[in-house]
Amino acid sequence: MDAGTLREGEGRSFVGGMHIPEYKSLTNDVPIRRMAIPDRVIVPLMQHSGAPCEPLVQVGATVQLGQKIGDSEEFISAPVHATLSGTVVAIERRTHPAGEAVECVVIEGKGEQGEFVPVAKNNPDQMSPEELKDAIKEAGLVGMGGAAFPTYVNINTRQPVDTLILNGAECEPFLTCDHRLMVERADELITGADILMRCIGAKKTFIGIESNKLDAIRILSSKTKAREDMEVVPLAVKYPQGYKSYLIKTITGRDVPRGARSAALGCIVRNVGTTFAVYEAVVHGKPFIERIITVSGPEVPNRGNYIVRLGTPADFILREAGVDPNQLAGNKVIFGGPMTGLAQSDLNVPVVKNTTGVLVLPSELVREQVPYTACVRCGVCVERCPNWLYPHQLSILSEYGMYEEMQQWDIWDCIECGVCAYVCPSQRPIVHFVKRAKTVIDNMS
Amino acid sequence: MTDYKFVVGSSPHLRTSENTPRLMFYVLQALFLVAVASTILFGVRAMAIIGVSVLAALAAEALWQKGLRQPVTVADGSAAITGLLIAFNMPPLVPLWVPALGSAFAVIVVKQFFGGLGHNFMNPAAAGRAFLVSAWPLAMTSGWLTPFDGATSATPLQVLGGSSGSLPEGWQMLMGWRAGCIGETSALVILIGGLYLIYRQVIDWKIPASFIGTVALFAWVFGGTDGWFTGDVLTHVLSGGLLLGAFFMATDYVTSPVTKRGRLIMGLGCGLLTALIRLWGGYPEGVTYAILLMNVATPLIDRMTIPRPFGTRQTKVTG
Repeated sequence: MDAGTLREGEGRSFVGGMHIPEYKSLTNDVPIRRMAIPDRVIVPLMQHSGAPCEPLVQVGATVQLGQKIGDSEEFISAPVHATLSGTVVAIERRTHPAGEAVECVVIEGKGEQGEFVPVAKNNPDQMSPEELKDAIKEAGLVGMGGAAFPTYVNINTRQPVDTLILNGAECEPFLTCDHRLMVERADELITGADILMRCIGAKKTFIGIESNKLDAIRILSSKTKAREDMEVVPLAVKYPQGYKSYLIKTITGRDVPRGARSAALGCIVRNVGTTFAVYEAVVHGKPFIERIITVSGPEVPNRGNYIVRLGTPADFILREAGVDPNQLAGNKVIFGGPMTGLAQSDLNVPVVKNTTGVLVLPSELVREQVPYTACVRCGVCVERCPNWLYPHQLSILSEYGMYEEMQQWDIWDCIECGVCAYVCPSQRPIVHFVKRAKTVIDNMS
Repeated sequence: MTDYKFVVGSSPHLRTSENTPRLMFYVLQALFLVAVASTILFGVRAMAIIGVSVLAALAAEALWQKGLRQPVTVADGSAAITGLLIAFNMPPLVPLWVPALGSAFAVIVVKQFFGGLGHNFMNPAAAGRAFLVSAWPLAMTSGWLTPFDGATSATPLQVLGGSSGSLPEGWQMLMGWRAGCIGETSALVILIGGLYLIYRQVIDWKIPASFIGTVALFAWVFGGTDGWFTGDVLTHVLSGGLLLGAFFMATDYVTSPVTKRGRLIMGLGCGLLTALIRLWGGYPEGVTYAILLMNVATPLIDRMTIPRPFGTRQTKVTG
């Protein structure tokens, strides 16, 4: 497809899903800025899927920006680093944005905080794949778009992988941090992709971008025009296009069997933010200490795309964005996107490695207060479900506590994308019903 | 800790502004058109039947829910829809207690006995009509009038079935200028209302299209008197309660399948049964029973057409 004549909304897609109001124009032309650095950061020792880290420092210790402060012997884990120069004032359980309390290192900064000074300017072409992988491992990189799976584990596959897919779909409404990154850091992104291709031995990279980001598609297309092994794939603007299985199916046409790891299909999917972090980790030796997040909401004054230190508390971010946390009555504060993100009950929660945004949504959008009614079987959820399930049936069975039956209706295939609950005219909290049932079924066995 | 007051809840944190009462309101808009047409064609009698039927449906639901100390859901519009549809299925000269009783039966026995909106397994209006036809067959199958002049007359389907009388012209059938139930005759208005609902994405075109298509096909192939492929398609499609049933009763969410394939099967089944009853059955009209039988088959159809989850129906990938 020619990027020059491409129009908004065009592109490849998958069966199911739907276009959801985007709200991206709130921030999609706001350039990436650095947010002020807080005096105190809360760095959870568990910011990834896998084993939690053990602290490498003690209370009272002085730490430098970028110093490793937590690591694990386990294979599936990722080290964490100090995101502030200062003193460790506490190592204790604090609320994680995912809801549970986890062990955190609390660092208080003293005096002026400088930016990270690159330790090196490495030429990745002169490094062996093993050296590249080590740099990625030491930097503590994890998937920044969602699941926070350690990148080192992901690329350390023995299976032959011929295809790298960069996920620039950014299908969640409101979020624009990946969009701005593709527009403003295109060269670094391409270098990051080259590094990943060498790590996994891939022959081809596809960059999947929804066509509501035409500027990103044009910039990356022109920069990869001369390359046989890199191709930008415009995607239709349809949620949840960025979900890994649908992305692989859409871009490569390969079937994605239930439960299959993508490496088994010869694909590795990486979020564009992660790919940029790979560039920084390898070329500059920069550990994962900060990331770009979208701070947005219809009534947020200084909304935009900010580079923030990991561990920055939510209330600091809200105040920097011009929001008074005391004036949030009736609003929802969300970490991540509005479809799958998590509503926060405690504004001391820190930004972690997979936090894509901090959103403040007013009640007119959330409609949390509208009571739900009985399912009228209109079938819209069945039509829209991207995983081809019977969401209405799952919600009814969950309502009646018929959890065993829910397994016959393939509850474990539900990815909790939220499309069914979004479209339900009876306002049924279908995802909530499914999540609750999954927990109950887990505890039954 | 500061006592912040904000909302916490499960994802997704965005919701469509579409809601069930609004969908019902769209249906009521479409049915209102039909009510106006009935009143023009059959006059004050039609208005009285409609008024009594709707009031009875609303009162039945409100009284039942008040009596059981349940929240009263009259405002969701579904009882009014049932009342209107029952009224539309009445002969012009029906005694007024008949639609009142039918509406009350439909709302209380067919809908509320099973738990209210969303839980009934038959379309309340169709079941209400079937109840009336069985209990008071004479009141429900006589009393036909030609619109405007008020002369008693046989319905087109009775004529096709052998009763004496003449068939109206095609344009008369289209405009509703024929004997029949007060709300089923005005084909053009029903068509407009149905298309409006399809445009509003309230109903799926698949059910009415496959329903009417199947009846048309059978009428053409088997409905003629001079052998196969000589049937009078237009008369069959425009007569009886076919259009009303296909657009407004078979498409009832609660009692029709949720899958696309299931909806095609629903329409095909309704069409097949209607044609069977009309062409070879004892009754001149089969739409009601066809819909009710397919209502009962709906859970089965849903199970048969269940989509297989993503990643389970593709070729196996080795690796």
